[in-house]
Amino acid sequence: MDSRARALALIAGFLVLGLVPVVAALTHQPFYLDLFRRIMIFAIAAVSLDLILGFGGMVSFGHAAYLGISAYAVAIPAFYGIDNGIVQWTLALGLSGLAALLIGAVSLRTSGVSFIMITLAFAQMLYYLGISINAWGADDGMRLARRSQFGPVVDLANPYVFYYVVFGLLVLLLWLGHRLIHARFGMVIRAVRSNEPRMQAVGFATFRYKLAAFALAGAVCGLAGALLANQTEYLTPSYMHWTRSGDIMVMVILGGMGTLFGPVLGAVAFLLLEDLLSAWTVHWQVVLGPLLVLVVLYARRGLYGLLPGGGPHG
Amino acid sequence: MLESGAWSDNKEGPVRILKGGVVLALVVGLLIGPAGAADPLKIGFITSLSGPAGIIGKHMKDSVELALDHLGRKVGGVETEVIYGDDQRKPDVGKQLADEMLKKHKVNFVSGIIWSNVMLAVAPTVTGAGTIMVGTNAGPHELAGKMCHELYFTTSWQNDQTPEAMGKHMQDQKVTDVYAMAPNDAAGKDMISGFKRYFKGKIVDEVYTKLGQQDYQAEITQLRAANPKAVFVFYPGDMGIQFLKQYAQAGLRDQIPLFSVYTVDETTLPAVGDAALGNFEARYWSPDLKNEASQKYVADFKKKFNYTPSYYGAQSYDGILLIDSAVRAVKGDLSNKKGMVAAMRKAEFKSTRGKFTYNVNHHPIENFYLLKAVKGASEVEMQIQKTIFESHKDSYYQDCPMKW
Amino acid sequence: MTALLVVEQCLNGLQFGVMLFLMAAGLTLVFGIMNLVNLAHGSLYMVGAYLATAAFGWTGSFLLAVVFALIATLAVGMLVEVIALRTLYERDHLDQVLATFGLILFFNEAVAIVWGRAALFTTVPAALAGHIQIVPGLRYPAYRAIIILVGLAVALLLYVVVSHTRLGMLIRAGASNRTMVAALGVNIRLLYTIVFGFGAALAGLGGLMAGPIYTVLPGMGEEILIQVFVVIVIGGIGSIRGALVGAVVVGMVDTLGRAFLKPMLSTAIGPSAANNAGPALASISIYILMAAVLYFRPQGLFPAARG
Repeated sequence: MDSRARALALIAGFLVLGLVPVVAALTHQPFYLDLFRRIMIFAIAAVSLDLILGFGGMVSFGHAAYLGISAYAVAIPAFYGIDNGIVQWTLALGLSGLAALLIGAVSLRTSGVSFIMITLAFAQMLYYLGISINAWGADDGMRLARRSQFGPVVDLANPYVFYYVVFGLLVLLLWLGHRLIHARFGMVIRAVRSNEPRMQAVGFATFRYKLAAFALAGAVCGLAGALLANQTEYLTPSYMHWTRSGDIMVMVILGGMGTLFGPVLGAVAFLLLEDLLSAWTVHWQVVLGPLLVLVVLYARRGLYGLLPGGGPHG
Repeated sequence: MLESGAWSDNKEGPVRILKGGVVLALVVGLLIGPAGAADPLKIGFITSLSGPAGIIGKHMKDSVELALDHLGRKVGGVETEVIYGDDQRKPDVGKQLADEMLKKHKVNFVSGIIWSNVMLAVAPTVTGAGTIMVGTNAGPHELAGKMCHELYFTTSWQNDQTPEAMGKHMQDQKVTDVYAMAPNDAAGKDMISGFKRYFKGKIVDEVYTKLGQQDYQAEITQLRAANPKAVFVFYPGDMGIQFLKQYAQAGLRDQIPLFSVYTVDETTLPAVGDAALGNFEARYWSPDLKNEASQKYVADFKKKFNYTPSYYGAQSYDGILLIDSAVRAVKGDLSNKKGMVAAMRKAEFKSTRGKFTYNVNHHPIENFYLLKAVKGASEVEMQIQKTIFESHKDSYYQDCPMKW
Repeated sequence: MTALLVVEQCLNGLQFGVMLFLMAAGLTLVFGIMNLVNLAHGSLYMVGAYLATAAFGWTGSFLLAVVFALIATLAVGMLVEVIALRTLYERDHLDQVLATFGLILFFNEAVAIVWGRAALFTTVPAALAGHIQIVPGLRYPAYRAIIILVGLAVALLLYVVVSHTRLGMLIRAGASNRTMVAALGVNIRLLYTIVFGFGAALAGLGGLMAGPIYTVLPGMGEEILIQVFVVIVIGGIGSIRGALVGAVVVGMVDTLGRAFLKPMLSTAIGPSAANNAGPALASISIYILMAAVLYFRPQGLFPAARG
């Protein structure tokens, strides 16, 4: 009963998201198209972080590094005239996944605070490298002269088409994620989070599973980065700064860790709040801070926990 | 493990209703929002209001408000609304703000922007939508050269002009054995290369430091060991405050003269105090510049806000006056973009820098002065010592294809 | 490059390391005894700097400002512990990281609301603004020499307290077996609050000493917090000895890297390439160091034995 109510709530949510362009067109407010598109792109990044943070218990403070790597993977080919979206995005996902694989290979040898610090350190290294390379704009960044080209049908320059591409990707990822979590792979990851020594005793090569999850999360975040580069038509190394990782983490927390759909809610809430509140007061973070503390302490399921059936037994 | 600490069962119902109400209010608030204002002239002003750079945003916002006061809240004779946006120093947030101002608030002008990288994301968005952009600080060379645009104007400068001026001064003074320092990022490298465009003397060393570095003791020790006759630095914001305090603390203040750009100004002087005394800066404007518009601006600003304005503010003030001259010229017909552009090119308004002339790339041709930090009546202040450049043009205008 | 220059840079590295140690000691103490990861440690550093600056403004006396800032930061630390952190002891490190991250946002904004966003004016007190002659030819800023002395004194103090006093014994016992100590009638809650306050005071000490030479503005603790975490990760979490060794190593590597990497690279790859590579490498040197240490010894150099 509860899970049916929750499924209905989620479907309603997706309907709303899917209808935003229609509402925007009817009310002559095309800005909402851009706003919600940006929200969905960060939702993809947040969902990818939830995979390792919420389900796997791996607190990566350097997740935003993959946003940056893939954004550059789109912009640098474009700079040299390679506009083909398939080439760019394959490069973006591939490089982010590879970077995550390498970073994970070193970081996952540690755990706890050391893990947090080393993931942060890697992201900072990439950030400082990024701002020192003048050929690619350093911290002035790079422009994307043209959005990724996918042929005449899928024209990302058309804001509606672009919106539905992002929407479609988000839905697809959530479905795939849902399947993954309930498949053997996902179960192993969750079990490793609960009790790694036991899983090892049972015979699982836990390091490999964690690394695979880490690399996968990096690649999916890479997709978000490619989309973000297209959305803003601009990128800077600040996409990789640890405070960006913090932002994405806030979205996951607010939305509900380990819930997969929660981070979408978290992205919506955080970015909407940021847009609304910052118009009223510059001090909005004085509210956000304690709110986060409260959510972590008393509402582990975050916003997702507010949905029917999303409570303690969800 | 995942389930611990969720909302307690008893409170679920009422709390859920409360949260649902909040969400509903948010959605309604978004839809209705401030979009329904009836004012005919809207200016979107984007700057950094939160975070450590918020002090600069404050200077700019306060100056815009003063300009509006001086114009009787009517820019160009038309009732005006200024919509402020906080870019949080992030280009993607800046772009989203620009989109919001263009599409939701339907502004007639977009103005402001402190940072070059935010400008490079925002300016093409604004000009691409056919709206006039009046930048009031950032001066990336792309927008002065190849990417110059009919609808893009700036009231500040091109980033390189300021270090060029300092380079010329030090070259003219036959200063030699210069030790140059800057952060290791695009701006830092641009400043040093701009400096070297006019300074042809001996540079003992070029040292680039980590962006945001707090402790410069190691670099200061190296500097002392290298025995330079002058030091040239670019350290904006909090980096400058730290560097100056540590430079003074190391006893170098009186030993080796310090020349800088964008390092010592009215946003950082209150925090540095005496440690800045004797510092030289190059700038196109200073609060003690002697012309009527500037004196009025500074006096009224101090009276209204109780602190000394900086060049960030003067530029923003000029931006509003520039827009005012344009709207006045077309007699309030905001659809006449060509007319407004033509009027802006003429720049017939009382600028805080005195006579205001535009170059072909919509960047000002202006004087640059040598400033020195001296003890004023009650606090340390910048005072003009001499003019370095008269009617200095930037180094990129020849790449700009515009002709008029 | 003279020997004297190298000696002076080593002194600089030591001084930077000592600053890091002050912060690291408090952080690792709290972690070692209460198993609490506290990201808001940098905020306590910031609070110490702000309170000292404010007190100096009111009283005009540096000494009074120091005393006030220490006591006030201790109080703020204990308040934070009682209000926000008590429930976190039982939680896993993830929750602690996330909750204390929220505290960072709160403190940054609260400080901006009270004192504004502009940097505050601070200066080294006149009495300490001179130089001392260490050896002929080597003059060192007096203020920085004092920082080194204070840091070493604190290290000594911590050693004495933890190893040779009853309080230290309680702390060590509580770290080993909290329940047993509580069962023996010791007020564990009060003990934890005091320890946390003490750690906060150490952070505040770091902040109030940094105030005169660094910029006092919202968020000033974040840069140094990352470096402090690098220190305790390298040194071994929970170990004060590890914090001291880690801090000095990190301070040295960072300082010597900034000073000598570029000149050294210059002889190998030429000056203009070194101009690019040198600063880039120097800015990430401590991260590379940390990655290397963690690769070979994931628990750090002196892992604290945990009961």
